[in-house]
Amino acid sequence: MHELGIAESALELALAQAHNAGASRLLRIVIRVGALSGVDAEALQFAFTAILPGTAAEGATVQIDPVTAIAYCPACQKDFSPDTDHFFECPSCGQLCGTVKQGRELDLVRLEML
Amino acid sequence: MPNKKPKRSRARAPAGSGVILVDVRDPADTSPTPPGDPLPGAVRTLDLQVRLLDENDRRAAENRTFLQQRGIRALNFVSSPGAGKTALLERTLDALAGEVRCAVLVGDLETDNDARRLRREGLPVAQITTGGTCHLDASMVARGLAALPLDEVRLLFVENVGNLVCPASFDLGENRRITLLSCTEGEDKPLKYPPIFTSAHAVIVNKIDVAAVLGFDRAAALANIRRVAPQAEIFELSARTGEGFDRWLAYLRALL
Repeated sequence: MHELGIAESALELALAQAHNAGASRLLRIVIRVGALSGVDAEALQFAFTAILPGTAAEGATVQIDPVTAIAYCPACQKDFSPDTDHFFECPSCGQLCGTVKQGRELDLVRLEML
Repeated sequence: MPNKKPKRSRARAPAGSGVILVDVRDPADTSPTPPGDPLPGAVRTLDLQVRLLDENDRRAAENRTFLQQRGIRALNFVSSPGAGKTALLERTLDALAGEVRCAVLVGDLETDNDARRLRREGLPVAQITTGGTCHLDASMVARGLAALPLDEVRLLFVENVGNLVCPASFDLGENRRITLLSCTEGEDKPLKYPPIFTSAHAVIVNKIDVAAVLGFDRAAALANIRRVAPQAEIFELSARTGEGFDRWLAYLRALL
């Protein structure tokens, strides 16, 4: 849905970074996508196939690294991984908590270029 | 998290040499990029840490400052299509008429039907037609704000595009994000679409006037909301009959 817009801004950023680094071609674009980022990895990948041709990143591999969600229970002072069945429910004490420590990432993290 | 693994050293004594070698090379560093001008034909790696929504977040921060300087509090209403955002705003605007000066920004893919429904005497309303984009972003809201006469306005209602997925990722510069869930949608929506609930300041359960007819399991719905959005204040109301509106209006007045 909005993955196309995100892919476009990621590509724009990647091309600018590659250009600044004096590269002529991008071979790989690595993006980190958190489980709670609201972005679907498959749709993002698909969006890239539509926009890479005709740019310096044509033919580049788009690697999407998923980041799992990690929440924190203040009562137990422990991290836990929320899943869709027990979302934000601490597995130790059952308390519901909304502190997300990891999983909202949507970052451009690495480029490989020539 | 950085990908650096702790370096492990391996000590071994090659037969006959009498020298103990301690190898602390990181196996990941097989071909380090040489400094200086790039070698022709060599693949280089550039490590970055760029947040892709940075640009939107920057504009959202500008909107927030703009609104704050004018003493305006902004609310971003998100829900699936048909959950009752426009009906909620209609009744809310009528209830606050003459008491709190409001303004409205409405986002839709096409048409200005909602903006026309919300038209009131002396109320600044702008329709943002996204033309296919499934959410509002901060720059669209900035353009909407520029088009609205905002003198004396205290509350700005932003009705987002009906969509339970994408608007969750886009900060508009609002002070409060309000997610609506209507009884007609089923109790498990919060579990199916967590981010939009997780990011909400308040969740409104709308259409409670028809809950009984639908066999809506109120307890299950509330439990599901609390599970994904323990931080959110929950309002149960009917935008059609006005049931439950007193608490909602008190929440809005408390923002001022």
